[in-house]
Amino acid sequence: MSEKILYSFSAIFDSPDQVSHAAEKVVELGYTKFDVHSPYPLHGMDSAMKLPPSKLGYVALVFGLSGMIGTLLSLWWVSAIDYPIVIGGKPLFSFPAYIPIVFEITVLSASIATVLAMLFVFFKLPNNSHPLHGTEYMKKVSSDKYGISIQAEDPKFDEASVRKLFESLQAREIYSIYWDNEELTHKHKIFEPKFITFLFVVAIISSGTAYFTLNKLMYMIPFNWMMDQPKQSAQQKSLVFSDGFGMRQPVAGTVARGFMPYEFKGQPDVAGEKLVNPIPISKESLKLGQVKFDIYCSPCHGYHAEGDSRLRGQFPNPPSLHSEKVRSWSDGRIFAVLTEGQNIMPSYATQLSVDERWAVINYLRVLQRALNAKETDLQ
Amino acid sequence: MSTVDYSRELSVLDTKPALRELDDLISKPLETKPNKKFYIALSITLSMLSLLVIGLGLTFYYGIGMWGNNNPVGWAFDIVNFVFWVGIGHAGTLISAILFLFRQKWRTGIARFAEGMTIFAVMTAGMFPLIHVGRPWLAGYLFPYPNQHSLWVNFTSPLLWDVFAVSTYLTVSLIFWYVGLIPDLATLREKTTNKIKKAVYSTFSLGWRFSNRHWQNYEMVYLILAGFATPLVLSVHTIVSFDFAVSIIPGWHTTIFPPYFVAGAVFSGFAMVQNVLIIVRKIFNYEHIITLDTLEKMNKIMLLTGSMVGYAYAMEFFIAWYSGMEAERFTFLNRALGPYAWAYWIMITCNVVSPQLFWFKKIRRTIPVMFVIAIFVNIGMWFERFVIIVTSLSRDFLPSSWAYYKPTYVDAMILIGSFGFFFTWILLFTKALPVVSMAEVKAVVDGAQPSHKEHM
Repeated sequence: MSEKILYSFSAIFDSPDQVSHAAEKVVELGYTKFDVHSPYPLHGMDSAMKLPPSKLGYVALVFGLSGMIGTLLSLWWVSAIDYPIVIGGKPLFSFPAYIPIVFEITVLSASIATVLAMLFVFFKLPNNSHPLHGTEYMKKVSSDKYGISIQAEDPKFDEASVRKLFESLQAREIYSIYWDNEELTHKHKIFEPKFITFLFVVAIISSGTAYFTLNKLMYMIPFNWMMDQPKQSAQQKSLVFSDGFGMRQPVAGTVARGFMPYEFKGQPDVAGEKLVNPIPISKESLKLGQVKFDIYCSPCHGYHAEGDSRLRGQFPNPPSLHSEKVRSWSDGRIFAVLTEGQNIMPSYATQLSVDERWAVINYLRVLQRALNAKETDLQ
Repeated sequence: MSTVDYSRELSVLDTKPALRELDDLISKPLETKPNKKFYIALSITLSMLSLLVIGLGLTFYYGIGMWGNNNPVGWAFDIVNFVFWVGIGHAGTLISAILFLFRQKWRTGIARFAEGMTIFAVMTAGMFPLIHVGRPWLAGYLFPYPNQHSLWVNFTSPLLWDVFAVSTYLTVSLIFWYVGLIPDLATLREKTTNKIKKAVYSTFSLGWRFSNRHWQNYEMVYLILAGFATPLVLSVHTIVSFDFAVSIIPGWHTTIFPPYFVAGAVFSGFAMVQNVLIIVRKIFNYEHIITLDTLEKMNKIMLLTGSMVGYAYAMEFFIAWYSGMEAERFTFLNRALGPYAWAYWIMITCNVVSPQLFWFKKIRRTIPVMFVIAIFVNIGMWFERFVIIVTSLSRDFLPSSWAYYKPTYVDAMILIGSFGFFFTWILLFTKALPVVSMAEVKAVVDGAQPSHKEHM
């Protein structure tokens, strides 16, 4: 391995005309593994070198088309299948509105794919260990000279004849370029200390960043999802009001909408005289009364108001509503009982609205009448 | 770069420099230590940038209530700046892609720099839609990805098209720029003696070998990228204009917007490129690479696009009258005569009147004058976006909701800071990478291409 392996013979030329002529000559002589190097693209060099046309256009075509079709299909799937929501009266699959996005993705996928294909597939870059790197030849062709390099691998390669060819073409300088033995024999190991250290540092940084972001940063203002808001919650202590309550009392005399205050508190008899049942007896009101009676009254008084519920036998026994006393009460007097409660019976003002209480009373009258029917009812 | 016969055309460069001299001249800023002037310039742009940082800090901490945006005017400086900066970027792609397709060889001296400006301008622009949503760290939701909420974005919304257009534009511009940089980085790799620089250049030049087998494919890819970038650049500002044109606000709901926006973008972009290049060619002694002829050609493009913009202003007025729609008519009269008339007339003076001076050859070729005109053009183009966005919103269909918009100090800080952000990148760029493409310029020097005569 001590002897160097020849990679190529390379010649430097001064003018683009010379190198172009040289390239034609090299092709003519049947060399195939050669290359022309110049600091910028030379016109007509592809025909001088007899290069086939570039195939990168096909890459752009294929990836552009697949980007286009793929985007259109995914837009269709998202908007018509997975998440069908009508927006602005447009059809679920509204093609005209998708044109901008489809176009952008077509351009994006074609551009990225073409460039990546060129660099990594066609050119096999990155490659900094090519034998031409680090040579005087490369220095010259990168700036202001033009060069031809014929590789030793070429079947027609022969040191003497190539040298003679270059000399006949009036090459300014001729270099023999060798493979770098060290690079040829160097083996990359996975467990190099440098690589392990690199992995370790990457792990520390990425996990540290993730920890900080998820567990610390997201709880700091202003990243904390607006959790910290300068407002008074209902049960919080207030620093503004002298009584310390965050929730305020309504202004005296405030009446909630739909809730007239009850005037006869503690005066059931007055209520019985003054209150008049505003709800006319109708099929609807009786139906409503029955529903509400069955829910709220029947647990104690029974479905037929006879006090015949499951609670019969307890103390105090739930009373029957067919007694002479209750039957002779006016609607208003019963309303007072429903509103304020009586003895062990609580108020039903929060469960039954005013209208519902009157409807329950209407229904109760029906039950009472059913047990104490009059002769005239039969007619 | 093309197979055109050079002998029939004026040479791109003023003199016929040796190729090695071009290398030395173009890479000189990268090899020398920055001088005092550079540090003074950098300290100015960094101070402006710090205004941006403070402005954004206030915005994020207290919310976008720190801005002047009010109830009818929900879009103001944020979107004005966005459209302005995206527009600045368009000149770069126009120079690098469209002029490439038209085989305009004078573009070689300015293409790299203009492409760099495109990238920095789009970066600056991209910041604004993000900050105007208030909580930019949640901007990931703008992209459609399968998520646990089972939600998808609204693909029929112009605002989403914008996300795709601007991010595609930035990506493709970066790729285009990088592909152009590879040979130059390889030249620098061969030139440098510094070990660290050599490692960096070797990494990023990917081991480019100047092989003509590569150049052939490279030129093909450059052509393909230019072919893609051309419709792309037109689509980007078209889609930006859809943000307005697809809505029904009077003054926004017009079909003239896409071409009108693209012309305006090229107009302002060329003004910005011209301004910056005048300074760059002076400082780095590139007078013979970025020639007066090149600047004159840029002024001609400004004259053309400026006249297109002026025509669009006139046509908007005509269509508003011709449509017979009362709200539309009112909006345009309100622009010219209403509370924002001052902004409208600044726009007209700077955009329509001032570029008309470029009809005179003397003015086209006098550097101080064209520099001032280009500054006016940029001021005018910023006001154009202000006029379109703010006047239309401040007085729409419902007079009871009309309100006058006034920016706050935070708005001003962010506007000034966006210039600081842009110019800081520009300054770092001039010291970090070759601002003129060495490979492209060398290719258009007289005698740099084979003459294809029968020799010997």
